[in-house]
Amino acid sequence: MSNKIATRESYGKALAELGETNKDIVVLDADLSKSTKTADFAKKFPERFFNVGISEQDLMGTAAGFATCGKIPFASSFAIFATGRAFEQIRNSIAYPRLNVKIAATHAGITVGEDGATHESVEDIAIMRAIPGMVVINPADDVETKAAIKAAAEYYGPVYIRLGRLSVPVIYEADGYKFEIGKGIVLREGSDVTIIATGIMVAAALEAHEILKSKGISAKVIDIHTIKPIDEELIIKSAWETGAIVTAEEHSIIGGLGSAVCEVVSERVPVPVRRVGIKDQFGQSGKPDELLKLYHLTPEDIVNEVIGVLKLKKRD
Amino acid sequence: MDNEKLAHIATEVRRNIIKSVTAAKSGHPGGSLSATDILVTLYFEIMNIDPKNPKWEERDRFVLSKGHAAPALYAVLAERGYFPKEELMKLRQTGAMLQGHPDMKSTPGVDMTTGSLGQGLSAANGMALAAKLDKKSYRVYVMLGDGEIQEGMIWEAAMTSAHYKLDNLTAFLDYNKLQIDGTNDEVMTVEPVVDKWKAFGWNVLEIDGHNYDQIRDAVKKAKETKGKPTMIIAHTVKGKGVSFMENQVGWHGSAPNEEQMERALLELGDGNEQ
Repeated sequence: MSNKIATRESYGKALAELGETNKDIVVLDADLSKSTKTADFAKKFPERFFNVGISEQDLMGTAAGFATCGKIPFASSFAIFATGRAFEQIRNSIAYPRLNVKIAATHAGITVGEDGATHESVEDIAIMRAIPGMVVINPADDVETKAAIKAAAEYYGPVYIRLGRLSVPVIYEADGYKFEIGKGIVLREGSDVTIIATGIMVAAALEAHEILKSKGISAKVIDIHTIKPIDEELIIKSAWETGAIVTAEEHSIIGGLGSAVCEVVSERVPVPVRRVGIKDQFGQSGKPDELLKLYHLTPEDIVNEVIGVLKLKKRD
Repeated sequence: MDNEKLAHIATEVRRNIIKSVTAAKSGHPGGSLSATDILVTLYFEIMNIDPKNPKWEERDRFVLSKGHAAPALYAVLAERGYFPKEELMKLRQTGAMLQGHPDMKSTPGVDMTTGSLGQGLSAANGMALAAKLDKKSYRVYVMLGDGEIQEGMIWEAAMTSAHYKLDNLTAFLDYNKLQIDGTNDEVMTVEPVVDKWKAFGWNVLEIDGHNYDQIRDAVKKAKETKGKPTMIIAHTVKGKGVSFMENQVGWHGSAPNEEQMERALLELGDGNEQ
């Protein structure tokens, strides 16, 4: 885990590479291409890159128009502006007509850091997940992001891809890594509890696994990169096997991964679930690592919730 | 096509707008009737389309950004042969092909899903940019409502059209001067509307939106204009063709009853109905 790369960097590289083989890909940005890293594509394929200026609504509408003509538009901005400012354009002009637009949004979560709450999206997964038919992907690292971008381009239909600003550990080996939309990945086997994590919290979950091991607790770790459609089968199986779940996401506990997992288990195999995430709060300015501590998004916080959920499990 | 033929078709379209909205017991007759003559001219004379092959890649595109005028678009598409006219009488009914606002997935000939105001011009830009990128000669037409241009997104899109020099894009403003809550001037004035579009870098023309010669001529000028998108400000009459609906705000979004329908059809006459 020594190597660290921000998933937005991985996105930029993957997109520029994909542009070589897939000529239908067009990329749109709203004056943030240096930050979202679509500038990599723009440099290589200027004729297929369209900056619409600071106008996220127009960004989504233009992408929709491109898609009606057989293009595969990747529309990028920061997560808060893409899903917040342009929500209704995504809903009515992209998702309702089921157009083949990929919304690749960077700077998700509180690890945006110093820019503070206005730029830190903590509700984008919830917003996108609520739209009928929208695929929601939150990759964990460099390898997974590159694979996710490729998979999104090959899939027909609207996809939301959540990416981060902060450099995060590379947890996967590129060789042998397989990405399938809607399929979770079991990273560690365990029998006492299942930790289900997404995005940058997958690395934290792996650390939590080690801490728990030293305490004699056997934790299964799952990476749910696709929050919608979620891997119900894997979640149900893990709930049966371990009898308790802790979810971990750099997002509000309302409407994100935690909520999605609760929906699955409560209907199919009710087991106690504890959610690590942002507790109905806005972010704030600060160093990403300090904010992760402040908002209880560390491996230790996952460990604490595991201990808590195991007490609930013992009750019955 | 000669003007007399267009007028006959327009009458038939207006009759079907009235009939379908009456059958649906809801819908937007006023802005459908004001848009009719432009739509008829586009679909029967100007646009390069093939109703037998609605998704033909080389076709000209049309985006009804003011999606609530769907009854007019549907009546024109049915008249042009995209789908059977019987569908018009099922407008807005559960399970019907014709949704309250245009749905490209369910209705042949609808190039873009619209209805939430302000979004159609951006989509039209995307289509026009795709044509340029692919070096295709198809043109893109879009119709905006006058109230609709109060949406901020329209002006984002207006900048994009001009910035990318989309001379393959022609917009119509269905300028009937009325919106749900009253006149444009009472609610939120859009004037000086010509100056606004000019200031945003567009080629702007002003016409009578019920005069076929002027519609035809304006589109010809738009096609000849290089390096700029064209906005055709079409002065129209809301409720055009039905005397008791003309210039009446109340007919923006309410359906006639059976008696009112009969009166309207009598006024409109026979059109080209066989």
